[in-house]
Amino acid sequence: MAELLRTEKLRKYFGVVSAADDIDLHIEEGILTSVIGPNGAGKTTLINLLTGNILADSGKVIFCDEDITHLPIHKRVRKGICRSFQIMNIFPKLTVLENLQIPILSLMNRSLRFIKPVDRHTDVNDRVERLLEEVALTDKRDFPAGTLSHGDQRLLEIGLAMAPEPRLLFLDEPTAGMNPVERVKILENIRRLSRERQSTFVIVEHDMDIVFSLSDRIIVLHRGQILADGKPEEIKQNEDVRKVYLGEELFWEKI
Amino acid sequence: MRLKTFLLGTLILFLLLLPTFAGKYALYMAIHILILSVFALGFNLLLGYTGLLSFGQAGFFAMGAYASAKILLVLPSLLVGVVAGMVAGGISALILGFLCVRHTRIYFSMLTLSFGMMIYSIAWKWRDVTGGDDGLVGIPRAPFEIPGILTINMNAMGNYYYFVLAISLIAILLLYRIVNSPFGLTLKGIRDSENRVAFAGISIRNYRLLSFTIAGLYAGLAGSLLPPLENTVTPPLAHWTQSAEPVMVTLLGGIHTFSGPIVGSVVFYLIKDIIVRYTQYWLIWFGSIVVFLVLIFRGGLVIFFSERVWPLFKRA
Repeated sequence: MAELLRTEKLRKYFGVVSAADDIDLHIEEGILTSVIGPNGAGKTTLINLLTGNILADSGKVIFCDEDITHLPIHKRVRKGICRSFQIMNIFPKLTVLENLQIPILSLMNRSLRFIKPVDRHTDVNDRVERLLEEVALTDKRDFPAGTLSHGDQRLLEIGLAMAPEPRLLFLDEPTAGMNPVERVKILENIRRLSRERQSTFVIVEHDMDIVFSLSDRIIVLHRGQILADGKPEEIKQNEDVRKVYLGEELFWEKI
Repeated sequence: MRLKTFLLGTLILFLLLLPTFAGKYALYMAIHILILSVFALGFNLLLGYTGLLSFGQAGFFAMGAYASAKILLVLPSLLVGVVAGMVAGGISALILGFLCVRHTRIYFSMLTLSFGMMIYSIAWKWRDVTGGDDGLVGIPRAPFEIPGILTINMNAMGNYYYFVLAISLIAILLLYRIVNSPFGLTLKGIRDSENRVAFAGISIRNYRLLSFTIAGLYAGLAGSLLPPLENTVTPPLAHWTQSAEPVMVTLLGGIHTFSGPIVGSVVFYLIKDIIVRYTQYWLIWFGSIVVFLVLIFRGGLVIFFSERVWPLFKRA
């Protein structure tokens, strides 16, 4: 498998707390990868570093053989990296349709058109319709996004993250705060999308059932370092990982 | 929808026929209302659509007024004066905006406030160019001229009214198209969630700067229409209290509706016109009335009438 993204000694400290401690990481194309770890392990920080939300203290991020360590967010998106957020990050006052129009317009280089109304960019709207179908929100297209149920808002969030057609897509706790029914719906969607799309998914998740059923590869973070990295079966057997999750044995036995 | 078109048509017809029955003073007021509408609409592209509250718009308004005045003093062509004012407003907004849009919220507001006051002090101190506290006087209401094609004399108030009306309608229509265009939608996105827009692959800072520049162009355009009307320009045009006008009328009319600033401008001048007849301390009365109205009409007059009052009629 081809390498998509690589980090070299990536480091980020918040004061004396290490959120990323010389992380060397490879992400391969087409492998659905999950990042797990206890609270404060640096999972979200890692995603923030890779997507440009925060800049690293030192080290390098290399995407498709190109150094992107110092690029701002929007340039990384143009290169093919996108993400969803743990805390809801949609456009609550705009309709579902308008929400998805924004990234699609940008993708098709139409954002700097000043005169023609959005509705008349028909080729853009065709693609928006397709995306609406993919995230199963077609019948809610005219609702303000803020009025959707929590589960639908998460679906929209994933739709927004997918819209720029990234080669590498990070989902930060896509099922956070969802009920079991919605959770299954999201998971099915992720699985289907990772198969159908040309995108490689990297998922940060707390729910172990999801992680182990979904992933091809699991990375375990602990105190800003990679504790373990491998196939789900290997991770299950790993002693270090069990120690980190000490006190959560019950939950390991379940798996 | 059809009713809306009908009402709009009636309004435009009314504006077109105004000089046939209105006196000179009413036309003078109407011109002021149109100027403030254009000024406030540009301002609302920043506040209502991009989510940035600028307190320095009077600076760009004054740039437009001074530039147009300077041109008209040497070259008596109304159109050249107006274009020069617009360009002056736009360019100064582009330059100062480059420094302002790095920040948002209160920091942005404070920066625009101080840059606005900087323009004010330039207007005050640079006597050779701006005339200092005397301002520029004797600005002619130059004719509207397209060389070799036509010349329209602007001395009659009615003629100048038509000129301002035409320019304002074009500016308003253009802005209406802009807010409904992909660019306008992207600005609304930045207002609601800037991070998400960045992850659509868009440089937020550039879009904010563009929005700021367009607001500056509109402020400059509005400012450029003033000197031919008043025949003078003075530094108080650039004062921050002047920046408060678009803020007040936009809040009054409603920031989340396109027509809010226009409705606000009309109400502003009507109230002002009534109060100044009774007291010279009109601002304190006016301020109290605005506070009162903003508290009653949540979200502005336009939202109040379209969402509260209008449904009552429909039901009846």
